[in-house]
Amino acid sequence: MTEAVSTQRKKIHPHKFTLWVGIGSIIMMFAGLTSAYIVKGSMGNFPTIKMPQLFYYSTAVILISSFTMQWSLKAFKERGMQQYRRLLTVTMILGVGFIAMQLIAFSQLWESGTKLKGATGSGQFLYVIFGLHAVHVLGGVIALIIMFIKAFSARIRNYNPVPVEVMSTYWHFVDLLWVYLFVFFLFKS
Amino acid sequence: MSHGHAEVLTTHEVHHDEHGVHHHHQSFISKYVFSQDHKIIAKQFLITGMIWAIIGGLMSVLFRLQLGYPDQTFPWLEDILGNWAKGGKITPENYYALVTMHGTILVFFVLTGGLSGTFANFLIPLQVGARDMASPMMNMLSYWFFFGGSIVMMSSLFIQTGPFSGGWTAYPPLSALGDASPGSKTGMDLWITAMAMFVVSSLLGGLNYVSTVLNLRTKGMSMTRLPLTIWALFFTAVLGILSFPVLLSGFILLLFDRHAGTSFYLSDIYIAATNQALPNEGGSAILYQHLFWFLGHPEVYIILLPAMGMASEILSVNSRKPIFGYMAMVGSLFAITILAFLVWAHHMFVTGLNPFLGSVFVLLTLLIAVPSAIKVFNWLTTIWKANIKFTPGMLFALGFVSLFISGGLTGIFLGNSTLDIHLHDTYFVIAHFHIVMGVSAFFGMFAGIYHWFPKMYGRYMNSTLAYIHFWVTLIGAYLIFWPMHYEGLAGMPRRYLDYSNWASFNQFGDLNRFISTVAMIVFSIQLLFVFNFFYSIFKGRKVTTQNPWGSTTLEWTAPIHPGHGNWEGEIPEVHRWAYDYSKDGRDFIPQTEPIAANESKH
Ligand code: HEM
Ligand SMILES: [Cu+2]
Repeated sequence: MTEAVSTQRKKIHPHKFTLWVGIGSIIMMFAGLTSAYIVKGSMGNFPTIKMPQLFYYSTAVILISSFTMQWSLKAFKERGMQQYRRLLTVTMILGVGFIAMQLIAFSQLWESGTKLKGATGSGQFLYVIFGLHAVHVLGGVIALIIMFIKAFSARIRNYNPVPVEVMSTYWHFVDLLWVYLFVFFLFKS
Repeated sequence: MSHGHAEVLTTHEVHHDEHGVHHHHQSFISKYVFSQDHKIIAKQFLITGMIWAIIGGLMSVLFRLQLGYPDQTFPWLEDILGNWAKGGKITPENYYALVTMHGTILVFFVLTGGLSGTFANFLIPLQVGARDMASPMMNMLSYWFFFGGSIVMMSSLFIQTGPFSGGWTAYPPLSALGDASPGSKTGMDLWITAMAMFVVSSLLGGLNYVSTVLNLRTKGMSMTRLPLTIWALFFTAVLGILSFPVLLSGFILLLFDRHAGTSFYLSDIYIAATNQALPNEGGSAILYQHLFWFLGHPEVYIILLPAMGMASEILSVNSRKPIFGYMAMVGSLFAITILAFLVWAHHMFVTGLNPFLGSVFVLLTLLIAVPSAIKVFNWLTTIWKANIKFTPGMLFALGFVSLFISGGLTGIFLGNSTLDIHLHDTYFVIAHFHIVMGVSAFFGMFAGIYHWFPKMYGRYMNSTLAYIHFWVTLIGAYLIFWPMHYEGLAGMPRRYLDYSNWASFNQFGDLNRFISTVAMIVFSIQLLFVFNFFYSIFKGRKVTTQNPWGSTTLEWTAPIHPGHGNWEGEIPEVHRWAYDYSKDGRDFIPQTEPIAANESKH
């Protein structure tokens, strides 16, 4: 019976692979948006903005969360379940913190006069692009919450590292994506 | 069948989590409605696509009626359509709504969802030797997003202000301003919602197709042993994964322009209807066109590649000859996939595009003719001097090749930016893309349906009806679209309901009536196909042998009625490529047969 399994070639787990292809597709989406920005910005008459300071702090937060995520994966692989749960919780809190900081930074920008209505400018792009990124982080946070519940439920005893690996790859990806977007806007506005 | 199932549960580790819920006695709901079996999902896509095709096709009959007989009224139209045809005439607004919906439905819901959704789902696991997709759950979701999008799109037909009516490409400002036209109001919001769901469905499906092809091939099935159908469906999925997200970002900016007052696409607009100057400044409608066509051009190949793949397979099987130039076929699919991303601006030659940039796009566009010509050459060499079996599938595959040649040639006219100044937005473009994409992809789809129907339903479709269907459709398609080239060359623009004020186009009055008449005949013949399809599901001649066409590929090694899991017992191992026809004195050698010691090389 088990022979049927060995007939399936599994160099990389299909779920992980699917995630990588999915990441490719998310990259295309943001590539589309940032190239729209470049096209628009080069047409002239394109007011720019001053980036709120808070974005630097949120960058730090999401970078740290990548470390805790990686750490929790390591703990999971070493069967340090206690440690794994703790680090997962920290990652989740940092993720929520990141989203909150983004929202606060948006409202600061809004207060300083950058609105959605009216003439175009880098501010409008910022709300859309950073907002969409935050949605992707939110998706990651929701996935973390599900893992969190699973990790604390006594009934499920699972030592399959694949879901945790998929999770951490995604998390590092949204982190890197943020760094790219942040640097892009620093240079462009 | 129960055997196959036990297999799935116990041995297919990859699917373990999804299949845990399956049991031997499935309810009707989990077996046919929320099914995770790729074969059922394929049929769901197919039948939903067919319903859409009938609706979309009927719309074209309606507006062709008015285009053919611009001065007449049809009181019975008001009886069936009500407000859509007040006084028995289709009003300009409703004409726009009809063409917009016709385009959207046929391009996305029929020839993308219906075509890829059906055959990628059905053929990938069966031909690569997998029990199901990499993630059957995502696969099921892909169908239900498609279904949801379909419902939303359909509902826009019934609201008071009507569906979106600014063309299938949804250019702003018509798509961005609710005050611009009745269809730009709620109809457009529903259009975007439906399209967003459609994009999600395509992405879920595409991710699955790619990871199944790359990861779940059976033992011995190296990439170069894959049938060309799989290569084509694989590149189709890659195109979709990389281009649909860009369309989505274009839609997101559009939504902000519509509802948050931003100016991504809008600038300096005065709306006569409301006597109002808008505050939007600095936006650019061209930006939307870039984002749209960056998907839009790959999209036309998303539609075409599955048809190419199936035609390759069917031509080879029914010629009883190996496909000519297998690696060149794969290489040209690859080249088309790459080039498809580099030519989008040929849809924008007359938008004021920088002429230097335009000439770069001319060059890249004409380059696509090279891989296209390679494919045509290889198809023709495959059937050259072959002992052809004219099955219905084969006829449609041959028809596909004919249409692809005719339509590809007119693409070369359009790809020259200078000629395009004259031809853009005329009936020449309509003729070009209907022949090369619309009808030829339909032919590929029909070829696939006739060819794989025995595998799908364990019965044959009726051949006599199929031959009638083929000849009327082929001749009809040429009669409808060939004359449109002349109209376009004479400068007759597309997207007008009534040309009677243009003295120079009066000469086409009879021709338009002729086109409309043929369109109605061709449409009714499609209903014959639909009848044949459903009748044969229940009453068709039964398939009695596992491999009715004498094919080499794996799907014909599965039971006539495969259960969920496809093969009873082990998945067969593959020892050779998929095209050993008429070799060493044998009619065909299945992929599962080990290479014999004294066998000749292909
Ligand atoms: C030799 C290959 C081809 C070339 C050089 C070519 C070139 C072009 C050009 C330049 C246009 C723009 C015409 C205009 O709007 O003025 C066009 C339109 C179009 N082509 Fe092609 N084409 C080729 C093959 C194809 C294929 C294979 C497909 C589909 C499978 C296709 C589908 C379309 C569609 C849908 C449009 C019109 C879209 C619209 O404006 O509504 N073309 N083609
Ligand atoms: Cu194109």
